[in-house]
Amino acid sequence: MSSNFNHGVYEPKSGFTRWLDKRLPILRLSYESFVAYPVPRNLNYWWTFGAMLAFCLVVQIVTGIVLAMHYIPHVSMAFASVERINRDVPFGWLIQNIHSVGASMFFLAVYIHMFRGLYYGSYKAPREMLWILGCVIYLLMVVTGFLGYTLPWGQMSFWGATVITNILGAIPLIGPEIQVWIRGGAAIDQPTLNRFFSLHYLLPFVIAGVVVLHIWALHEAGQNNPAGVDVKSKTDTVPFSPHATMKDLFATVLFVILFATFVFYMPDALGHADNYIPANPLQTPPEIVPEWYLLPFYAILRAFDFNIGPIDSKLAGVTAMFLSIAVLFVLPWIDTSRVRSMRYRPVARQCFLVFVVACLILGWCGGQNPGKILAPATFSATLNWTQGGQVVTQTFDAPSAGEFDEAATAARTALTTQGATQTSVVREGATHATATGVIGGAEQTRTVTGGTIDELEAAIQEVKTEVGAATPFFAIERHTPWTFTVTTLSQLATFYYFFFFIVLLPILGLRERPTRVPDTIAKPVIAEQGAA
Amino acid sequence: MLRALSAAAAVAVIATVGVAFAAGEAEHPHNYPYSFDSPFGGYDMAQVQRGFQVYNQVCSACHAMDHLAYRHLGEEGGPFAAYYARDHETGEEKMQVGRPEHGGRFVDVVDNPWVRSIAESHQITDTDPNSGQPVDRPGRISDHFRRPFPNEIAARASNGGAYPPDLSVIVPGRHGGADYIRSLLTGYTGETQGTLHGNRYFPGGMIAMPPPLAEGAVPYADGTPTTTEQYATDVAAFLAWAGDPHMEERKRTGFVVLAFLIALAALMWLAYKQVWRNEAH
Repeated sequence: MSSNFNHGVYEPKSGFTRWLDKRLPILRLSYESFVAYPVPRNLNYWWTFGAMLAFCLVVQIVTGIVLAMHYIPHVSMAFASVERINRDVPFGWLIQNIHSVGASMFFLAVYIHMFRGLYYGSYKAPREMLWILGCVIYLLMVVTGFLGYTLPWGQMSFWGATVITNILGAIPLIGPEIQVWIRGGAAIDQPTLNRFFSLHYLLPFVIAGVVVLHIWALHEAGQNNPAGVDVKSKTDTVPFSPHATMKDLFATVLFVILFATFVFYMPDALGHADNYIPANPLQTPPEIVPEWYLLPFYAILRAFDFNIGPIDSKLAGVTAMFLSIAVLFVLPWIDTSRVRSMRYRPVARQCFLVFVVACLILGWCGGQNPGKILAPATFSATLNWTQGGQVVTQTFDAPSAGEFDEAATAARTALTTQGATQTSVVREGATHATATGVIGGAEQTRTVTGGTIDELEAAIQEVKTEVGAATPFFAIERHTPWTFTVTTLSQLATFYYFFFFIVLLPILGLRERPTRVPDTIAKPVIAEQGAA
Repeated sequence: MLRALSAAAAVAVIATVGVAFAAGEAEHPHNYPYSFDSPFGGYDMAQVQRGFQVYNQVCSACHAMDHLAYRHLGEEGGPFAAYYARDHETGEEKMQVGRPEHGGRFVDVVDNPWVRSIAESHQITDTDPNSGQPVDRPGRISDHFRRPFPNEIAARASNGGAYPPDLSVIVPGRHGGADYIRSLLTGYTGETQGTLHGNRYFPGGMIAMPPPLAEGAVPYADGTPTTTEQYATDVAAFLAWAGDPHMEERKRTGFVVLAFLIALAALMWLAYKQVWRNEAH
């Protein structure tokens, strides 16, 4: 379709190229794909990330192949082999840094690429297949990144792999079998490391294959553009080379500057210090967190701390996590809007910005302790005790362990009848116990508060010390308020994540009144530039 | 809550909460102005050498450094790298530790007498080539640092059940890096609980390692004060080098790479402008 607007036609100039063109028209294909291919003239810098991603894939594959020449996938040698790469292999430190930082840069670029697609409606007809192939690439990237993170066999590698493979165990009926199958045993061990290495080497080539399909689909449907209107004539476009190639090159060099800054000056900034501790199956690290690019999904997983009917929280979290990616695959059919670009959709545009913020919040939550309290909360406790009075104790034996409760109640009632204001029972064996009561004295009460449970307990302890040991016991009633924690925040963000896709996009598409969409790509561009 | 997710994750969360509370007790490491903190800063090699001396005479009694070989000390960027320096007056070439200010030719580590003598001062357990029995022999430069214990069980048995961690990558392996190590070594409160020792900077506040440094324990040849604080500062610098021996080369290379990339970006920008000069976009 877009080939109708091609800038120029390939004409073989020499005898050899004419000969080749009849047998394998590879030069023709290259010319039509990367030179004459028409590119909308209004593409902005958000459209340059595709080139960066291709660059990242090549960098990861090349550095990865070199690393694989030196890496040893063995539980007792993997960590040392990575250290050897960093210390003894010529420029090993550089190659290893590029590969580990490269994974982060790859994800940074892919997220920007995806948000660009969302904002400008690049998933809408006729680009559904292009979008779905992109989602497949992203999914493969997530798996490859996770597998690769396991290979250095540090603490975070090992425990990250443990947590993620445990997730698979949540699948009803077949979960535990799948878990063992993936791990190659009951726990993460040598078979896991070996297969993860094998798959980590394989998947990038699968990605490369899907990238070819992705580019093929792109060239079939043509690029979307910031205005979101179709290419209608040749004036709407410029030739891919040199126009788009030059812009992509410039933007990619800027991207490489950021990349190099991390590689040479902050190689460990995006990783976790614990991965410099060799894997130890007997010692769980204080916190298990995935790499930064998976944190939003980790937050969605952990947002479900409640059961939904018959679905327990674990399965709910896992389902939500998978759905959060699955929803992207059906997005072209969920979004009902006929206008592609959110430039002309004032309401959807606001909702999209909130969506971006929600994703960032999820990423932040994924790295935090889920129980961390975010908003000021007041934990309070009421302490009751009796000042002065006479302490009476009385031991008793229940006839059997099963009847202990009745015996204890009876003992307490007996003390109350004697005039005790407070009673308690301390169990000393299966049937043996001591009942204590205070007769007379003045009943005292005090309420203490604290911002956290720890502060509250400290305050309670303070009162106990102050009142002193003369008082045999305190009745403490703790009031736990509702608290706004990291989990609450991730629940809100998770809700919005799904609300945006499942409710907002379908409804806005039908209800929203878009602003005026330009008739052609060229018209507003040329008018603006002409005026300037 | 996460118990539902998985047993391991539950342990993790409980542990997280535990450490988060305990971390309330641990102080933030003191920020010491190390020479390698800045983007251009290298190691102070005199300091790294002193730090090696402290490791060698104190820490190495319990802590292994498996990933380091003696030869690493004398490779380029190492604390005992030797260079031939030409005397301006006599024209004679003399070997010295450290790169001279002008010129200087790197001495291959095989010919480095300082590294050789360090290696030979350690007894390494090897297999006797004639009898096949275990035998101790003087170290070679290709040997990795001598292990204080043959295995983890032996290490724990000699240390009240605690395992002294390997120090090869202790600096990149701890939040706070060299500052944390330095603070930890000087952070003892004097309090003890059984075999544990109070330490302001250790998560949980109690550490199994007894205060390792004593004033004057390691004699310095260069007149640097022999205080525990100085020892801690120096040994942390040595461990920083051990964890990242190519840092100087990395930063130097990075500077050239970034300068090149910025120039390239400028050229790309001009080319881009040239290509698009007649196209509205």
